[in-house]
Amino acid sequence: MLGDLKDPGAYQAPLEISGRDPGLLVDLLRTMMLSRMVEEHLADQRREGTIGGPVHLGIGQEAIAAGVSQFLRSSDRVFGAHRSHYHALALGTDFKALFAEILGKETGLSKGMGGSMHLWDEPRGFYGSVPIVGGTVPLAVGAALAAKLQASDAISVSYLGDGACEEGVVHESLNLARVLDAPTVFVVENNLFSSHMHISLRQPSDSTARFAVAHEIPFEVVDGNDVLAVADAAGRLIEQARSGGGPGFLEAVTYRWLGHVDWRADIDVGVARSESDLKQWRLRDPIARLRAALEAVGQWSPEEDKELERELSESIEEAWSQAMDDPWPSDEALLKYVYSSEGGA
Amino acid sequence: MPHMKEYDYGSAIRAGFDYLLSEYPEVFVMGQGLWSPWYVGNSMTDLDKIYGTDRVIDTPVSELACTGAGVGASLAGMRPVVVHPRIDFMLYALDAIVNQAAKWSHMFGGQAHPRVTVRGIINRGGEQGAQHSQALHSWFAHIPGLRVVMPATVADARDLLIASVLCDDPVVFIDDRWLYDLKGELPAPKELDLRAQGPVVVREGVDITLVASGYSTQLALEASEVLLEEGISCEVLDLRVIAPLDPAKVIRSVSKTGRLVAIDGGWRTCGLSSEILAQVVEHVPPNSMKANCVRVTLPDAPAPTSRVLEGLYYSSIEDVVAAARSCARNG
Repeated sequence: MLGDLKDPGAYQAPLEISGRDPGLLVDLLRTMMLSRMVEEHLADQRREGTIGGPVHLGIGQEAIAAGVSQFLRSSDRVFGAHRSHYHALALGTDFKALFAEILGKETGLSKGMGGSMHLWDEPRGFYGSVPIVGGTVPLAVGAALAAKLQASDAISVSYLGDGACEEGVVHESLNLARVLDAPTVFVVENNLFSSHMHISLRQPSDSTARFAVAHEIPFEVVDGNDVLAVADAAGRLIEQARSGGGPGFLEAVTYRWLGHVDWRADIDVGVARSESDLKQWRLRDPIARLRAALEAVGQWSPEEDKELERELSESIEEAWSQAMDDPWPSDEALLKYVYSSEGGA
Repeated sequence: MPHMKEYDYGSAIRAGFDYLLSEYPEVFVMGQGLWSPWYVGNSMTDLDKIYGTDRVIDTPVSELACTGAGVGASLAGMRPVVVHPRIDFMLYALDAIVNQAAKWSHMFGGQAHPRVTVRGIINRGGEQGAQHSQALHSWFAHIPGLRVVMPATVADARDLLIASVLCDDPVVFIDDRWLYDLKGELPAPKELDLRAQGPVVVREGVDITLVASGYSTQLALEASEVLLEEGISCEVLDLRVIAPLDPAKVIRSVSKTGRLVAIDGGWRTCGLSSEILAQVVEHVPPNSMKANCVRVTLPDAPAPTSRVLEGLYYSSIEDVVAAARSCARNG
């Protein structure tokens, strides 16, 4: 059971950062702030109707991808799901290309053919996100198996949620990864909710790590709003997978500030989602906790913070306006990608 | 003429795997029963011993995860073949095939190449009943992004398998246990470009066009022999690749003969035979037609187990002969 990891009132204090490299911590802060601000921009644009399709935002959950990605290489294979903007951004994906994709422009990550829910950035190791819950989990195992057959030290990361753990394919995939020793790190972002329903109404236990136990996969359970706790655990599991130790399972407990889709908080439609919980979880903010810790030891200041915010805000505005001006896909795009243009051998 | 060893259809499939595994290190095979002749007949015999159990993987009982793993491995540079010894059980894998493999090229603007081959075996009859019997090729042919291949001959069993695996698109390769004993000669393996493969005329004729695929092609060929004795000359087309379907040869043949019998081992409604008739209706001028088109298919019912009902259920050579005869007499 998760115990106080799921208590919104717990873990609100500044992070413990003694002995850590300040440069690295500022990088993590920057990654999370970029992710937050990009998604806040998307929420605004969706509310205004500039974005025509659904956006699933991960505001409040930024620490998980930021922590995990610290140990990833561009040769690794990362698979996401419906809520994956920040998974790609944490790998260094160009947010202008993300904007263009969400707007359905030819210059987008998926050439304007995917939109928010279907992202692709292979040069950075992002092997695709799709909204079928659990859909990419076995794909990550296969990409890891490929790495093994290729005698490469690449690994796969499969991001999934607590809701996906109710899909049969996740259990098949955990078993398969284990028996084939496929170097996959399963990262369960347990934000306690499926689209609308609290985990206590869907599962007999609130911790998904029991599924790792069932498949004899080494696991860690951490506060997903503590970027350092995530990074430390992810670092261990990734190193183990990379060095031939087989799959790993990381359960990171977090909470999404917005509803399942788009900009609303969805307090009124979420079953067991409450205003008071959300208020507390906003105090357990992964960004504020790192920022406060850095400021307390003089490694960061409100002025630097303002300056970073201004810089990010400017580049987001600029990228957005470029993406808005970018061309639409040509009419032939409708048919030309159905089959591979490169064809067979 | 150089000596050619006579093969059967099952061992020709094995020859295809043998060729692929020896020539292409990025090829591997996974599925249930690959280390056992019980599941896959003679089509995989000893490949695990030759190429190792890490490249010929007998898997847990997890159709979906294994097929999804095939898709994922293909994105990461491999050319996997996922084998389903019975297509009925492959239905667990529909998400990986239909939502993932078929969509990734289009959805990611041509940047992702899920070049996985999913081999599903039709394994029916023998009083096995409704869940050990299905021929679901029409379903897969309905999905844009999939190539659906149904070899009907010994040479195609090997060469279309090779072409499927070397193709950069996801392929559903469907073979049929009722064909495994079919004998034929097997010349040296060919690396065909699957995109250029499609229907072929396997027997020329003038009176009536029989269109079929997979096992139904053999029914059509045998029926055409009987019909010839009655003075009815059949042109037989073997579709070979049913998606994407190139209807040109079917249209040309029916424009010539003015008569069509479409034979399919699947159900009638919204099936492959429906598509063949639709192509003919759309493209053959009505004044070229001499008779109404006829279909020979399964009745729209699940497969029975009782041998009496099973005899009624599956199409026979006599069914094809009767259909063609009535079509030839009309008009």
